[in-house]
Amino acid sequence: MEKTAGKRTVHSSQRQGAAKFLALPLIIWLAVFVIVPLFLVCCYGFTAEGADGTLHFSFENFARFTEPIYVKIMVRSLKIALISTVICLVLGYPAAYIMSRSSSKIRTLIILLILMPMWMNFMLRIHAWLTLLENGGLINTLLAAMGLEKVEFLGSEGAVVLGMVYNFLPFMIMSIYMVLLKLDNSLLEAAYDLGATPVQRFIKIIIPFSVPGILSGISMVFVPSVTTFAISQYFSNGTVRLIGDTIEKQFGAANNWNFGAAISIVVMVIVMLSMFAINKVDDGDIGERKMII
Amino acid sequence: MKKTGFFSKLYIALMLIFMQMPIIVLMVYSFNDAASRANWGGFSLRWYEAMFRDATVMNSLWVTLACGILAAVLATVIGTLAAIGLNSMKKRAYSATIAVAYLPMLNAEIVTGVSLFMLYTKLNMQLGFVTLLISHITFCLPYVILSVMPKVRQFDYSKYEAAIDLGAKPSYAITRIMLPELAPGIISGFILSLTLSIDDFVISKFTTGNGVDNLSTLIYSAKGGFGGMPQKISALSTVIYVVVLTILIINYLRTRKSDRENLF
Repeated sequence: MEKTAGKRTVHSSQRQGAAKFLALPLIIWLAVFVIVPLFLVCCYGFTAEGADGTLHFSFENFARFTEPIYVKIMVRSLKIALISTVICLVLGYPAAYIMSRSSSKIRTLIILLILMPMWMNFMLRIHAWLTLLENGGLINTLLAAMGLEKVEFLGSEGAVVLGMVYNFLPFMIMSIYMVLLKLDNSLLEAAYDLGATPVQRFIKIIIPFSVPGILSGISMVFVPSVTTFAISQYFSNGTVRLIGDTIEKQFGAANNWNFGAAISIVVMVIVMLSMFAINKVDDGDIGERKMII
Repeated sequence: MKKTGFFSKLYIALMLIFMQMPIIVLMVYSFNDAASRANWGGFSLRWYEAMFRDATVMNSLWVTLACGILAAVLATVIGTLAAIGLNSMKKRAYSATIAVAYLPMLNAEIVTGVSLFMLYTKLNMQLGFVTLLISHITFCLPYVILSVMPKVRQFDYSKYEAAIDLGAKPSYAITRIMLPELAPGIISGFILSLTLSIDDFVISKFTTGNGVDNLSTLIYSAKGGFGGMPQKISALSTVIYVVVLTILIINYLRTRKSDRENLF
């Protein structure tokens, strides 16, 4: 950081002064399509229509959110997102570790194959799972052919978790993998020479070293898991309603922007808190890892 | 290490099966002659024919591709110019702009989608291709900046100044001296934007309408599965899978052996 800051002062000569205007299109774009929209969300979230039809400042929408039905939805969303995140971590860590230890040729191939589905399309991935799991799907057809009873796979919270794990696991694997890749082998050799057992090396060196990757992986899985609506609708046949479904409904069928905006603000706060909780990882890091995918 | 070798391989194999299996099953079923997905009616290409004849499916494919390419081009242009500009801004203005620019990347997608939906409605803009494109540019921008910024920082400004001293106009110095050095960052920003745009569902769902559908929103709205839509979509998935795989393999083979290590 110091280096670049120094560079900037040295070169902020008059000649380069004009260069900063190159950022103008971006700044205008951000003002119109990022700041104004978020301002609108806040406006709607904090206002309500009075009896005479006029708008006034109010916490009504937030108060409505504390009704038991919405609290229940919120708790369910957080619970499912948390379970999905833990499963992604447990499944993803060994994969990332093995990948970082394997030869570079195989490694690239494994990554290509793991990320391959991510280069298609989100809805196509969901569509693919339905082909397997639905009542007339492949697994049930096979079960029936073997004379077994059909299983209702879709429609439970477990199915929603499966959908989330499938869609977001690559984020976790890549986050941890990117960090483990930087682990210097001589560190492990030194520990070995000093008599550390494999378990000790794993707990004392590898895990602490990979913490930044774990944290950014957690946020990259948790944030989309909390807020998704397509996955819950498809994998639960609409029976498991999450916070994302509730927001979507307010801007569709229910047509209550004020309430929808208020829930969006709550979601934004949750996202910010989870970012804050992992503040050791700076924004750029998370972005960089997202970029690989 | 050798002792764990087998289990490591097994674990990775299981992981690959988990990731690939749904799509492979989908591809096999796309050749199924039967109208229902429940039984196998023999090999056939009928769903491929039906898919190519289906105007809604084809339209959504064009919308997806056109939106992806246009969004990637525009985001890359705006983002690259901005990265050059940002680098010569004062620390404070720089940090503030970056913080806002990264918002669509860090925020929940649904919030970005909803907020843009509110904006378009308030501005009386008809939801459709233009609003879809604007939204996609908005969420691609941070990724372009993120890929180009490191290259801008690495760039040695004395080269630029030398060109100016030799009588080049700033525009000439930027396009001929600077851009070639930024090229790797610009290309990766472009490819990233393209893949993000093609993959997106959540933001598209809120920002398109009036019959303009991309693949994601088409599949979403065809939830009921009428008119053999699931089968046509399976056929389309197969085509997309094969195209993506071919591109990846070509890219993999083209990369020199020594560079493959640095691919990821």
